[in-house]
Amino acid sequence: MHPLDAITKGFVVGVNYIGDQFGRGEAFLPELVMAGEAMKAAVATLEPELLKLGSAREIMGRVVLATVEGDIHEIGKTLVGTMLSASGFDVYDIGVDAPAEKIIGKALEVNADIIGMSALLTTTMVRQREVIEELDKEGLRPRIRVMVGGAPITREWYEKIKADGYSEDAIGAVKIAKQLLGKE
Amino acid sequence: MTKNIKSISNPKLKLEILTPEEVKRIHNATLWIIEKVGVRFPSKRALDIWEANGATIDREKMIVRAKPELIEEALKKCLPAYVLAARDPQQDCALDGNHVFLGTDGCGVEVIDIETKQKRTSCLQDVADIARVADGTEEVGFHWVPVSAQDMPAQTRGLYEVKAIWENSTKHVQTESIYSVHEAKAAIEMAALIAGGKDKLRERPVLSLMQCTAPPLGHDGGSLDAALLAAEVGIPTGFMTMAACLTTGPATMACNLVVGNAEVIAGTALLQLAYPGAPVFYAAAQTASDLRTGAYTGGGPEDFLFGAATNVLSDFYNIPLSMGSFATGAKEPNWQAGIEGSLSTFMASVVMSDMLLGCGFLHGSRIWSYAEMMMDCEIFSIIHKMMQGIVVNDETLALDTIATVGPGGHFLAQKHTRNHMRGLFLPQFMDRRPYGEWENKKDDARDWALAKARKTLKEHQPEPLDPKISTEMEKIIKSVEK
Repeated sequence: MHPLDAITKGFVVGVNYIGDQFGRGEAFLPELVMAGEAMKAAVATLEPELLKLGSAREIMGRVVLATVEGDIHEIGKTLVGTMLSASGFDVYDIGVDAPAEKIIGKALEVNADIIGMSALLTTTMVRQREVIEELDKEGLRPRIRVMVGGAPITREWYEKIKADGYSEDAIGAVKIAKQLLGKE
Repeated sequence: MTKNIKSISNPKLKLEILTPEEVKRIHNATLWIIEKVGVRFPSKRALDIWEANGATIDREKMIVRAKPELIEEALKKCLPAYVLAARDPQQDCALDGNHVFLGTDGCGVEVIDIETKQKRTSCLQDVADIARVADGTEEVGFHWVPVSAQDMPAQTRGLYEVKAIWENSTKHVQTESIYSVHEAKAAIEMAALIAGGKDKLRERPVLSLMQCTAPPLGHDGGSLDAALLAAEVGIPTGFMTMAACLTTGPATMACNLVVGNAEVIAGTALLQLAYPGAPVFYAAAQTASDLRTGAYTGGGPEDFLFGAATNVLSDFYNIPLSMGSFATGAKEPNWQAGIEGSLSTFMASVVMSDMLLGCGFLHGSRIWSYAEMMMDCEIFSIIHKMMQGIVVNDETLALDTIATVGPGGHFLAQKHTRNHMRGLFLPQFMDRRPYGEWENKKDDARDWALAKARKTLKEHQPEPLDPKISTEMEKIIKSVEK
């Protein structure tokens, strides 16, 4: 079987099936995450084979994800990453406590369309603004769009720091990411 | 002036939520986790202490594995009872297993403005105003920093917050927002100004610190270092787990208790290894994540059960407990907020959790509401009344009075009635009016609760903090900012 078929006719179908069930309220978040992890594992194995054949899968966009400097809370960010990769995004999760230069550096390195930043503390969420200001200074927006999230993040904050997208949960984050790239 | 604090004591109600055998199984499972899986301590100082005491350390991953004996011996050194000192000694909270005190919840990021009723970002003035209103209630026994002073610099925000509370209340202050060495050092100096010296803090700890764990099975480095500094000077310190079924904890409740317990007792053991006999408390607000979104729910039957079960664990370790209660996912004071506030607080109170955290929040402890705060206080008062149970003795059986009234008749004009009627609960915010009166006004508990908060904020005058101490505190904060 061609590796592209394995992805598009196999794993994508499976993930979409769980997605539909989830939409109808019959499947729950853990099932969605399990499907996402299966998809991620499959892509990790199949993508190198695709490249060898000179082919590539279609991706929605490239996303760099991080929890900002001084903050170690990662589950929300990780969940967003799983949901995004299950939906066809290429996700580069650089982990927690990530300084602005590391986030921006990674985004430039992988030619990211979106940077997603998480913060759980009011004392660290100010770092989201620093990254946005740095991007603006370098003239990297709107080439790179910025999504923010985390428990203390409100609509007011997202507007104040002039981020491009904001969601209160991982499911919503996928929708926003697609909207930002004009894919929905 | 501030009234006496209302606390639940000498309870008549009991609940057996876990048998002694079940507690032992949870304890043994916890020790197995700490020995075999390990707990993450991302602090050089913490790792050094563990290593010096014979634990196995993975420096690279910052994971500690400790033998059961090491944990058990360390926990035996915990103080079983001590006092949370208040600026006014009459407002002290005795954590002795026979009192349940209510605190304000924290730490939120938005406030429903007391005048405009519009939701907005929280600021330092909110911390001061909430402290003043809480000081004016008899139900709130101590403060948690309720909302984040987001108009102050991030690196000293936690210090401005505790200062604002001390300036507006004579009650004890607990914070979860001091989690770095520089802030902890400054906070200790500030507390010492009130206690009358750093050496007096052990006797008069006017400040206590709560540090969040990082579930599953982890701690935050800054929190650990701050906790060690506090433990050294006798400032009561607790580690709080918020392990949530599905996401940061396993789906089953028993296992979620084990994961949270491993975090808390490993952190507590660390403090005892460093400073034997340091005052510590167990803190917890476990929950179940929402099945559809994974979101923090704050509320629901799992929370209620965790609320009662955790005190059995802290009793097993013989240390005071600070228990999350009143958490609600409700977006405004409503049916859901009432259910979640009542059941969580009842379950945590019936087992005599020492501290309840706490009143005042909506939307998973994010949005402060003065109306919700006041109604939460009323829920606490209802449970306070319930915990007294039904007293059966000659006086309460009142056979003479029954004989006097006889069949038919009524008890309204009896002396026994007059002597005891004030023992019946008189609500502040429950609607017991005739239907027609309600129909004319269409107001309810939320309006009355808000009105009471407004009146308290306007009229209540707490004993002011010595302005010299305020000035000194300001200097300490400024020196940190340099």
